[in-house]
Amino acid sequence: MADDRPAAASSAEQQMWTTWLRERAVSSLPPEKLLPDRQPSYVSSWVYVFGVATIAALVVVVISGMILGLAGPAWWHTSSLGRFFNGVHLWGVEIFFFVMVVHLWGKFFMGAWRGGRGATWVTGAVTFLVAIGAAFTGYLSQQNFDSQWIASEGKDGLNSVGIGAFFNVANFGQMYTFHVILLPVAVVALVVGHVLLVRRHGVVPPYPARAAARTDGAGGR
Amino acid sequence: MSAVPPRDPDPAAPWPGPFIRYDLIKELVVALGVVALLAIVLTILFSSPDDPPTTIQSWARADPSDFVATSLTELAGTSEVAEYGPPYNHTPEATQKIGPLDLQSAAGVRIPIDTARNFVLDPLKTIPGAARLQLAIRVYEAAPAPTQEAWIAAYEEALERARFPGQQAVLVPRGRYGPVAPMMAALLADAQSGGLDGVLLAGEHRFYQTNYTKTLLFLSGGEYFEERAEGQHLLGTQWGMMNETGSYPGQVWLWLFTFWYQIEPFLESPNADALVFALMAVLSLAFVCIPFIPGLKALPRHLRLYRVVWRDHYREVES
Repeated sequence: MADDRPAAASSAEQQMWTTWLRERAVSSLPPEKLLPDRQPSYVSSWVYVFGVATIAALVVVVISGMILGLAGPAWWHTSSLGRFFNGVHLWGVEIFFFVMVVHLWGKFFMGAWRGGRGATWVTGAVTFLVAIGAAFTGYLSQQNFDSQWIASEGKDGLNSVGIGAFFNVANFGQMYTFHVILLPVAVVALVVGHVLLVRRHGVVPPYPARAAARTDGAGGR
Repeated sequence: MSAVPPRDPDPAAPWPGPFIRYDLIKELVVALGVVALLAIVLTILFSSPDDPPTTIQSWARADPSDFVATSLTELAGTSEVAEYGPPYNHTPEATQKIGPLDLQSAAGVRIPIDTARNFVLDPLKTIPGAARLQLAIRVYEAAPAPTQEAWIAAYEEALERARFPGQQAVLVPRGRYGPVAPMMAALLADAQSGGLDGVLLAGEHRFYQTNYTKTLLFLSGGEYFEERAEGQHLLGTQWGMMNETGSYPGQVWLWLFTFWYQIEPFLESPNADALVFALMAVLSLAFVCIPFIPGLKALPRHLRLYRVVWRDHYREVES
């Protein structure tokens, strides 16, 4: 369809926030960059799988957690089906951290922050730290002896630096809210931001073939 | 776009070399299937641990001696919680510090706990139809502090010779305990019946409740709770929170956090928790900021492990 809108209207549209956001988003991440079907030739190692595997594990953790949440936090203690999904949730978390740590180490050894990719590393590292908090509140939400002991031990560290006064590990209601809403939303938002940054800047290329050929250009570029 | 990969690619510039087909969505779907299948197989093989929680009732029934001894320290105000400091109370010199920095005090007493009142006196007052007990509580509360301390000290000494017939009651030799003996006997009976669990959780004028602070702090004062944790290798000296009950993997990603507690100067420091938290905060910040820290950001270049990742690329450009 031809665009027959008058020039004045087009100018007004340019000042619309919606237009600005769309044009900014499309120029930063055009569809072929957001969902490319080609990658540079150096993207041919098993280490690249671990980033995608981390997202896959996160999906398993979120879905199993949503199922557990449907019938409430006590369900899995009394139902074999609930116990099954709690197992999937637990092992999903273990897999999630395993593949994420391998992904992080891989990206470290690749100097993946080079070429203006510092924010990509930062979002990934912050995701790891926030995920630790999400898992910690999950362990506190189990409603069993492990939760009791972790609360009993964990309170001392948090109290010693003043955090415990506001983040009370013995308050199940507070920990459960953090675990099922606040921290998962934060983790998912960080992962989305991280993936968008990866797509925007592309996969970091290899270091020069001859190490002595140039000085280090890490970080600032 | 060149058919030959460059030897020295600019990481800030678009890749000038060849491209390969790469199906991201297919990779994600396959990864999702593999991870889900792996989680399901691990669940079928190992399930997940679920050791039932300790309640005040189970504690008082399994180890009434420990329960009464702990309750006495709560009444006396000499328990760990009673002398904890912020956020529970204002005990002087009880806080941990990072050098001169006292964040524990700065946060203030936001979860006030008076162990004598919250754990002993108030619960006892809720026991119905016990006129003699209520009189004993009034006598105790009306007595001057030195008298209360003398009663408690005498009862504490007598506890070493106490009998717990059928693990259901506490009998101490005759002595000058004032009202403390009937109060402790009543508290034990209330705890063994399960009443104390409910009172500690519900507080006053409440129905819905999700805050277990009082119950957990009371439990954590007893040896029974700690012995159970020790049996499950959960103590701090046993690498604590990174373990899980049974033989299951727990929060293994907390290994570095737990590690510091095993070595000096943290092992014997009265400020161990605060110092370990401060150290981990610095290390976490450094971890996040690696791309901007001189020396650290260049480390992978010198480690040369990237040559394993990109071995196909280097084989092609260096041949």
